[in-house]
Amino acid sequence: MSIRVLFFASFADIVGKREAVLSAPAFPDVGSVFAGFKTQFPRLAEYRTSVLCSVNSEFARPDTPIRDGDEIAFFPPVSGG
Amino acid sequence: MIHLGKDPIDIAALRRRLDSPEDGAAVIFEGMVRNNSHGRKVLRLEYQAYEAMALRKMAEIETLARRGFAIRDIAIAHRLGVLELSECSVAIVVTSAHRPAAFEACRFAIDTLKKIVPIWKKEFYEDGEVWIEGSHS
Repeated sequence: MSIRVLFFASFADIVGKREAVLSAPAFPDVGSVFAGFKTQFPRLAEYRTSVLCSVNSEFARPDTPIRDGDEIAFFPPVSGG
Repeated sequence: MIHLGKDPIDIAALRRRLDSPEDGAAVIFEGMVRNNSHGRKVLRLEYQAYEAMALRKMAEIETLARRGFAIRDIAIAHRLGVLELSECSVAIVVTSAHRPAAFEACRFAIDTLKKIVPIWKKEFYEDGEVWIEGSHS
Protein backbone atom coordinates (compact mmCIF):
# COMPACT_ATOMS: atom_id res chain seq x y z
CA MET A 1 0.00 0.00 0.00
CA SER A 2 1.09 3.54 -0.66
CA ILE A 3 0.42 6.66 1.40
CA ARG A 4 1.32 10.34 1.18
CA VAL A 5 2.74 11.91 4.35
CA LEU A 6 2.79 15.68 4.82
CA PHE A 7 4.80 17.72 7.33
CA PHE A 8 4.24 21.31 8.38
CA ALA A 9 5.99 24.08 10.30
CA SER A 10 8.83 22.85 12.51
CA PHE A 11 8.22 19.23 11.50
CA ALA A 12 9.01 20.07 7.87
CA ASP A 13 12.23 21.73 9.06
CA ILE A 14 13.20 18.66 11.10
CA VAL A 15 12.40 16.12 8.37
CA GLY A 16 13.83 18.34 5.65
CA LYS A 17 10.83 18.13 3.39
CA ARG A 18 7.11 18.88 3.30
CA GLU A 19 5.97 15.60 1.85
CA ALA A 20 6.94 11.97 1.40
CA VAL A 21 5.37 9.00 -0.33
CA LEU A 22 5.69 5.73 1.53
CA SER A 23 5.08 2.24 0.22
CA ALA A 24 4.90 -0.88 2.34
CA PRO A 25 2.95 -4.14 2.57
CA ALA A 26 0.96 -2.53 5.37
CA PHE A 27 0.83 0.47 7.70
CA PRO A 28 -1.14 -0.54 10.80
CA ASP A 29 -1.96 2.93 12.06
CA VAL A 30 -1.00 6.59 12.13
CA GLY A 31 1.13 6.14 15.23
CA SER A 32 3.33 3.54 13.58
CA VAL A 33 4.02 5.88 10.67
CA PHE A 34 5.06 8.65 13.05
CA ALA A 35 7.21 6.21 15.02
CA GLY A 36 9.04 5.37 11.83
CA PHE A 37 9.86 9.01 11.18
CA LYS A 38 10.88 9.52 14.81
CA THR A 39 13.47 6.78 14.43
CA GLN A 40 14.90 8.50 11.38
CA PHE A 41 14.57 12.02 12.81
CA PRO A 42 15.05 11.81 16.61
CA ARG A 43 14.20 15.51 17.12
CA LEU A 44 10.56 14.62 16.42
CA ALA A 45 10.56 12.91 19.82
CA GLU A 46 10.42 16.37 21.43
CA TYR A 47 6.86 16.51 20.12
CA ARG A 48 5.85 13.09 21.41
CA THR A 49 3.01 14.47 23.53
CA SER A 50 2.05 17.46 21.41
CA VAL A 51 2.10 16.08 17.86
CA LEU A 52 -1.16 16.36 15.97
CA CYS A 53 -2.09 14.13 13.06
CA SER A 54 -4.69 13.94 10.35
CA VAL A 55 -5.90 11.40 7.82
CA ASN A 56 -7.44 12.79 4.65
CA SER A 57 -7.83 16.25 6.23
CA GLU A 58 -9.61 15.03 9.37
CA PHE A 59 -7.96 15.05 12.78
CA ALA A 60 -6.86 11.55 13.70
CA ARG A 61 -5.29 9.69 16.63
CA PRO A 62 -2.25 7.43 16.84
CA ASP A 63 -4.55 4.40 16.68
CA THR A 64 -6.46 5.62 13.61
CA PRO A 65 -6.09 2.93 10.91
CA ILE A 66 -4.64 3.74 7.51
CA ARG A 67 -5.85 2.63 4.07
CA ASP A 68 -4.11 2.54 0.73
CA GLY A 69 -4.02 6.00 -0.86
CA ASP A 70 -4.56 7.91 2.39
CA GLU A 71 -3.00 11.33 2.95
CA ILE A 72 -1.51 11.58 6.44
CA ALA A 73 -0.20 14.77 7.99
CA PHE A 74 1.84 15.39 11.12
CA PHE A 75 2.13 18.84 12.65
CA PRO A 76 2.70 20.75 15.86
CA PRO A 77 -0.12 22.57 17.71
CA VAL A 78 -1.65 25.15 15.37
CA SER A 79 -0.92 28.85 15.65
CA GLY A 80 -3.04 30.61 13.05
CA GLY A 81 -5.02 33.78 13.51
CA MET B 1 -17.72 32.73 2.83
CA ILE B 2 -14.16 31.61 3.49
CA HIS B 3 -10.89 32.72 1.94
CA LEU B 4 -7.32 31.55 2.30
CA GLY B 5 -4.52 32.99 0.19
CA LYS B 6 -1.44 35.16 -0.18
CA ASP B 7 -3.21 38.31 -1.39
CA PRO B 8 -3.71 41.13 1.15
CA ILE B 9 -7.07 40.95 2.89
CA ASP B 10 -9.40 43.75 1.82
CA ILE B 11 -11.68 44.11 4.83
CA ALA B 12 -13.78 46.87 3.30
CA ALA B 13 -14.47 44.68 0.27
CA LEU B 14 -15.38 41.73 2.52
CA ARG B 15 -17.77 43.96 4.44
CA ARG B 16 -19.36 45.24 1.23
CA ARG B 17 -19.86 41.69 -0.06
CA LEU B 18 -21.88 40.82 3.03
CA ASP B 19 -23.99 43.96 2.84
CA SER B 20 -27.76 43.41 3.00
CA PRO B 21 -30.77 45.54 4.00
CA GLU B 22 -31.97 42.98 6.58
CA ASP B 23 -28.85 43.63 8.66
CA GLY B 24 -28.99 45.76 11.77
CA ALA B 25 -25.46 44.96 12.86
CA ALA B 26 -22.07 44.05 11.45
CA VAL B 27 -19.12 43.03 13.61
CA ILE B 28 -15.63 42.95 12.15
CA PHE B 29 -12.59 41.35 13.74
CA GLU B 30 -9.23 42.28 12.26
CA GLY B 31 -6.09 40.49 13.42
CA MET B 32 -2.84 42.29 12.61
CA VAL B 33 0.86 41.59 12.85
CA ARG B 34 2.07 42.93 16.20
CA ASN B 35 5.60 44.29 16.55
CA ASN B 36 6.39 42.34 19.72
CA SER B 37 5.91 38.88 21.13
CA HIS B 38 6.91 37.58 24.58
CA GLY B 39 9.24 40.49 25.12
CA ARG B 40 10.97 40.20 21.75
CA LYS B 41 10.82 42.65 18.88
CA VAL B 42 9.08 41.05 15.89
CA LEU B 43 10.22 42.06 12.40
CA ARG B 44 7.64 40.17 10.34
CA LEU B 45 5.58 36.97 10.31
CA GLU B 46 5.17 34.06 7.95
CA TYR B 47 2.01 31.96 7.86
CA GLN B 48 1.93 28.42 6.46
CA ALA B 49 -1.16 26.24 6.09
CA TYR B 50 -2.24 22.71 5.34
CA GLU B 51 -4.51 24.36 2.84
CA ALA B 52 -6.95 21.56 2.01
CA MET B 53 -7.60 20.87 5.70
CA ALA B 54 -7.59 24.55 6.68
CA LEU B 55 -10.33 25.30 4.15
CA ARG B 56 -12.33 22.35 5.49
CA LYS B 57 -11.97 23.53 9.09
CA MET B 58 -12.84 27.14 8.18
CA ALA B 59 -15.97 25.89 6.41
CA GLU B 60 -16.87 23.89 9.54
CA ILE B 61 -16.50 27.02 11.64
CA GLU B 62 -18.79 28.90 9.27
CA THR B 63 -21.40 26.13 9.55
CA LEU B 64 -21.14 26.03 13.35
CA ALA B 65 -21.44 29.82 13.55
CA ARG B 66 -24.54 29.84 11.37
CA ARG B 67 -26.15 27.04 13.37
CA GLY B 68 -25.19 28.34 16.80
CA PHE B 69 -25.95 32.03 16.47
CA ALA B 70 -28.77 34.08 14.95
CA ILE B 71 -26.61 35.60 12.26
CA ARG B 72 -27.32 36.22 8.61
CA ASP B 73 -23.87 35.90 7.11
CA ILE B 74 -20.21 35.41 8.02
CA ALA B 75 -16.93 35.76 6.19
CA ILE B 76 -13.66 34.27 7.41
CA ALA B 77 -10.40 35.20 5.67
CA HIS B 78 -6.82 34.22 6.56
CA ARG B 79 -3.71 35.36 4.74
CA LEU B 80 -0.69 33.17 4.03
CA GLY B 81 2.95 33.86 3.27
CA VAL B 82 5.12 36.66 4.64
CA LEU B 83 3.35 39.57 6.35
CA GLU B 84 4.90 42.86 7.43
CA LEU B 85 4.09 44.66 10.70
CA SER B 86 0.50 45.88 11.05
CA GLU B 87 -0.69 43.95 8.02
CA CYS B 88 -3.94 42.03 8.43
CA SER B 89 -3.45 38.29 8.94
CA VAL B 90 -7.04 37.30 9.65
CA ALA B 91 -10.45 38.90 9.33
CA ILE B 92 -13.92 37.82 10.40
CA VAL B 93 -17.03 39.73 9.31
CA VAL B 94 -20.42 38.82 10.76
CA THR B 95 -23.79 40.35 9.91
CA SER B 96 -27.06 39.91 11.74
CA ALA B 97 -30.34 41.61 12.52
CA HIS B 98 -29.25 42.33 16.11
CA ARG B 99 -25.85 42.91 17.64
CA PRO B 100 -25.59 40.27 20.43
CA ALA B 101 -25.43 37.37 17.96
CA ALA B 102 -22.93 39.18 15.74
CA PHE B 103 -20.54 39.83 18.65
CA GLU B 104 -20.85 36.27 19.95
CA ALA B 105 -20.49 34.59 16.57
CA CYS B 106 -17.44 36.70 15.72
CA ARG B 107 -15.76 35.82 19.02
CA PHE B 108 -16.63 32.17 18.53
CA ALA B 109 -15.21 32.16 15.00
CA ILE B 110 -11.81 33.66 15.82
CA ASP B 111 -11.41 31.68 19.05
CA THR B 112 -12.22 28.43 17.26
CA LEU B 113 -10.04 29.25 14.25
CA LYS B 114 -7.07 29.68 16.57
CA LYS B 115 -7.71 26.26 18.08
CA ILE B 116 -8.51 24.00 15.13
CA VAL B 117 -7.43 25.43 11.77
CA PRO B 118 -4.10 23.95 10.55
CA ILE B 119 -2.21 27.20 10.03
CA TRP B 120 1.14 28.03 11.68
CA LYS B 121 2.84 31.34 12.35
CA LYS B 122 6.59 31.86 12.22
CA GLU B 123 7.98 34.90 14.02
CA PHE B 124 11.11 36.64 12.74
CA TYR B 125 13.31 38.51 15.24
CA GLU B 126 16.54 40.43 14.83
CA ASP B 127 18.49 37.42 16.06
CA GLY B 128 16.49 34.46 14.80
CA GLU B 129 13.14 33.00 13.84
CA VAL B 130 10.83 30.43 15.39
CA TRP B 131 7.63 28.57 14.55
CA ILE B 132 5.01 29.38 17.17
CA GLU B 133 3.28 26.29 18.53
CA GLY B 134 -0.18 26.43 20.08
CA SER B 135 -2.49 29.40 20.28
CA HIS B 136 -1.70 32.22 22.65
CA SER B 137 -4.74 34.44 22.99
